[in-house]
Amino acid sequence: MEKKRNAGFETWLMHIFLVSSAVVVLYPIFMMVMSGFKTNAEIFGAPFALPKSFNLDNYAVIWNTTDVSRYMLNSIIVTLISVIILLVTGTMAAYAISRYRFRGSIMVSLFFLAGLMLPLRLAIIPLFVQLKAMGLVDNLLGLIFIYTAMSLPSTVFILTGFLRALPSELEDSARVDGASELRIMVQIMVPLIMPAMVIAGIYNAVPIWNDFFFPLIFIQTPENKTLAQGLTSFFGEYSVNFGVLYAGLTLAALPLVVVFITQSKRFIAGMTAGAIK
Amino acid sequence: MQTTDYDRAKRARARNLRLWLALLLAPPALILIVFVFLPMASAVLYSLYDWDGLARKEFIGLDNFADILFNPNKNTILFNAFWNNVKVFVSLMIVQNGIALVLALLLARNPRGYRFYQVVFFLPVILSTVIIGFQWKLFLNPVFGLVNKALQYAGLSDWALPWLGLPETALPAMLLVNSWHWFGFPTLVFLAAIHRIPKDFIEAARLDGASEWRIAREIIWPLMAPAVTIIVVLTFIGSFNWFEIPYIMNGLEGSPQGSTDMLGLLFYRTAFGSVSAGGSDFGSGSALAVLMFIFIFVFSIIATKYLTSREVEMS
Repeated sequence: MEKKRNAGFETWLMHIFLVSSAVVVLYPIFMMVMSGFKTNAEIFGAPFALPKSFNLDNYAVIWNTTDVSRYMLNSIIVTLISVIILLVTGTMAAYAISRYRFRGSIMVSLFFLAGLMLPLRLAIIPLFVQLKAMGLVDNLLGLIFIYTAMSLPSTVFILTGFLRALPSELEDSARVDGASELRIMVQIMVPLIMPAMVIAGIYNAVPIWNDFFFPLIFIQTPENKTLAQGLTSFFGEYSVNFGVLYAGLTLAALPLVVVFITQSKRFIAGMTAGAIK
Repeated sequence: MQTTDYDRAKRARARNLRLWLALLLAPPALILIVFVFLPMASAVLYSLYDWDGLARKEFIGLDNFADILFNPNKNTILFNAFWNNVKVFVSLMIVQNGIALVLALLLARNPRGYRFYQVVFFLPVILSTVIIGFQWKLFLNPVFGLVNKALQYAGLSDWALPWLGLPETALPAMLLVNSWHWFGFPTLVFLAAIHRIPKDFIEAARLDGASEWRIAREIIWPLMAPAVTIIVVLTFIGSFNWFEIPYIMNGLEGSPQGSTDMLGLLFYRTAFGSVSAGGSDFGSGSALAVLMFIFIFVFSIIATKYLTSREVEMS
């Protein structure tokens, strides 16, 4: 009897802790969204009250006076193209490493994995000089190359793991039937690792979408700014209009939050993929 | 006759296979060489030269290193930043990863709302540091911020401090923001590790009447060691590369009074110039980058070796 009551108390404590943690996460986000509908007077006078009306005035200010749609488009372009190049080249490398035995294959896989240990932002100075020489400064293509290169090691790492686990019977029977190596790869093996490609894609797409360090250094003109970077100049401009600032934050968070809520299982699996063996 | 044909065909196939492998490996290898390995190697080279803006002057050996480490005008700033990074690492290990461990242990008991909590705890993780940094900068505004408004309403007006403006509170405030942003990541990594522990281990202990605390300490904790290793190393790398939160919340100079200065900010100021560091200095900047890289690399290897040695095999 004593023991049962004790267990009940423990469960109770557990729920309190979990619920309060969830509140600590959700309440600030809720306040950010609500404040985006308020005027400055409301924010300063009744900071915790619900907005008087859910009007979109603050959003209209952002839409009409900033290039937010352009920033968003740039972020989409950079993330999408980086991830596509990344998955194509990453699959190529992982496929060669995991499905063939050749002299030096260990060296090749070490070469790709070594990239996991190199924090590229420490090489930002030579990278800047090099990109300037290549005409890729203030150019979305420069960002795309950097992100692709930066994310290749983890992509190769994740995909190699999955490709190694595939049985070789399928491949062998196709080979006996006279299928070319290219056909075996593209038509038989790649479809089998699609789930792994989704994981590797999400693992890298989220940090690319969110990054502001590389744009901070490489992008200057407003037309080329990404969303995260655009937000910093926006904050300089509207530093006294809290309602507009909160609306801007909400707007910037919206795309990824929507995708995350609808695809949460994939996102969690994808983003923790590098850390879970 | 037939054998030579066979040999020729075999050789041709081997040649084709080599070509095929080269075609597969060349594009990714090229991208990696040009945009990662070449710049990394150049950073080492750059650090050995004297620079004037974008122009490389003469070879000066290790003078840049000596300058940043031993020049008394510069090394106090360096050591202050380094010490702050150490504080960041230790605090995040305790606060962020400690909370994560507790939450993971609770979630492992499969409470009602399990899926909901997973999604909620991971929500801040997917958001950009820019968004979170600015959001909390607004919340922490001394006059209009929600944090101080809440304290006032609670009758704690004396506690309503300019959190980001005081050298004692600025860094702790940022560390709490960082923990808020990231705790969901270690939580779910720990949780995945706990789920991989065979159920019967824990069931058997429970049948024997072991308390939940003892089960956590003596069965779960040792068996989740690989996840702990990864989180420690990732937290270390993240702490010593810490840049976004201090940059967004209090700017490049690590204000107030250098209390939020970090190696990452110092590196940026040295490399690209700032009010306090003057014009950009590629030589000293590269030397600092090389030192940071060596430090992070060596520590990560040692930590991985040490932490891996305490991992036990599950079989």
